[in-house]
Amino acid sequence: MTDKQPRLDDRIIAQIVEPGAKVLDLGCGTGDLLALLVREKNVKAQGIELREEAIYACVEKGLSVFHGDIESGLGEYPDKTFDYVILNQSMQEVKDVEFVIDEALRVGKKVVVGFPNFAFIKSRIQLFFSGHAPVFVSLPYHWYDTPNVHFLSIDDFKRFCAEKGLVILSAHYLGGDRPVAFWPNLFARDAVFVITKPAPASSR
Amino acid sequence: MEERGIGVVETRHVTFAEPPNELTLESGQKLGPVTVAYETYGRLDEKKSNAVLVTHALSGDAHAAGVHFGEKKPGWWEPLIGPGKAFDTDKYFVICSNVIGGCRGSTGPSSINPRTGAPYALSFPFITIGDMVAAQKKLIDHLGIEKLLCVAGGSMGGMQALQWAAAYPDRVRSVIPIATTLKHSPQQIALSEVGRQAILADPAWRGGNYYAHGQPERGLALARMIGHITYMSDKSMEEKFSRKLKSENYRFSFDPEFEVEGYLRHRGDSFVRRFDANSYLYVTKALDYFDLSGGDLIPEGRPCDIRFLVISFKSDWLYPSYQSRDIVAFLRTRLVDVTYCEINSTYGHDAFLLEFDEETRLIAHFLDKTYDSTKGKP
Repeated sequence: MTDKQPRLDDRIIAQIVEPGAKVLDLGCGTGDLLALLVREKNVKAQGIELREEAIYACVEKGLSVFHGDIESGLGEYPDKTFDYVILNQSMQEVKDVEFVIDEALRVGKKVVVGFPNFAFIKSRIQLFFSGHAPVFVSLPYHWYDTPNVHFLSIDDFKRFCAEKGLVILSAHYLGGDRPVAFWPNLFARDAVFVITKPAPASSR
Repeated sequence: MEERGIGVVETRHVTFAEPPNELTLESGQKLGPVTVAYETYGRLDEKKSNAVLVTHALSGDAHAAGVHFGEKKPGWWEPLIGPGKAFDTDKYFVICSNVIGGCRGSTGPSSINPRTGAPYALSFPFITIGDMVAAQKKLIDHLGIEKLLCVAGGSMGGMQALQWAAAYPDRVRSVIPIATTLKHSPQQIALSEVGRQAILADPAWRGGNYYAHGQPERGLALARMIGHITYMSDKSMEEKFSRKLKSENYRFSFDPEFEVEGYLRHRGDSFVRRFDANSYLYVTKALDYFDLSGGDLIPEGRPCDIRFLVISFKSDWLYPSYQSRDIVAFLRTRLVDVTYCEINSTYGHDAFLLEFDEETRLIAHFLDKTYDSTKGKP
């Protein structure tokens, strides 16, 4: 059924997550990542996904999944229910990013965020030289059919974390099929961050 | 591919709660003896670990699949139950029983009260979904099944599935509540009440003592007509009837002119031939009493390892999707393993009896996973 090679970002996330962890995948799609995590890391998996067809694919993989949008899906979970909340390639599609990240950090001890890097060199070249909104493998849509409502770079996300007081536990930069080490904001196509929120200092 | 079916089945009966050991109902009243009509399909495995209880809706019965000898009409969930189907009878042992208070073989108001030799009529005690499920549990005990693999049903059947999880959490591994709710809403109670009033207002109802005279046909048919409107959607009615007339022009008459009128009358008329009016009163009251909200589904602090598959339908306005999402929201607060899907159907509430492909995709794999993860356990 899933003989195809896992995507690089999925493989990286599978390396990050500890065995037996409790994982919530927001925008889990057809469940490829969660199935990989169950297979390799024996995690306790739960997904949330908006598209009905993808729900059937998840159930066929034996996954537990909730049909609904990410924004309305988290309210009932008690604090720190999950070891990891994953937002892989879905953060840029939610309307209220701050709210979703806040909620993800409330219900999860750590949050994994994966997104396409808008400042990737190809994107810059397309915009600068051809004068068109960039279309490349991580951002495959046209301006009129894209589900993305936010466009951000790796540096943008770092700044966001700094402003919100979020701690970046690790950052992973991806080229086509291998990690990128040099000048990621320019040369990485995608990024995966693991972030957490430090416990508030006790007030006196 | 050859379509394999279950073939000829028969309804069986089991009787328990003989006086003085009557069943104590939620109302505090006692009922006994109690007969439960049931059917089974497939084979119970040696460990008795593959039993699935399917629970029926308001007007359903124990005949969920296959055909009765000499008859053509298959059971009410035939497309989902059988070899290779969602409830695969090559793998699972499927049980369906008629609810108490009903009129299709289980004890209800039209049954003969052994103490008087006459039908119970309104001397029949009020029953709840909890009482229906208590009677089902007696059947499951009788069949020697320690733990059900799954309880699944739509509408009132979904309430029974939820009730199993609430009342007998150690006796069930998974539940599939479809197009149902944690509690009957005022709109749902109101629609029940209008149906009941249609029966109560029919002089032929005679205070419930109509058995020597025949059913209150007008009232019961009207109740069913109202029911049928609530089972469809605006869109499904448009698709099925539009404004089509039974003849070419308006006849300016109160006889059925529009096809939708003819359909409703036909549904009403055929219902009175198979369903008891007093049962309609009692069973709709049971729906209205149903309320597992406020933590009654799983009390706080009680661990719950039951898996849930909750299904709703987009165009269902009788049991709207928000009610299913409320079930899921509650289960999340209890950290229960739950899958939820809202199927994009235009059929309204009836969809749980019609959207077989989608239901099959969800149920078959969910059951597989549940069965695999519990294999070997008694």
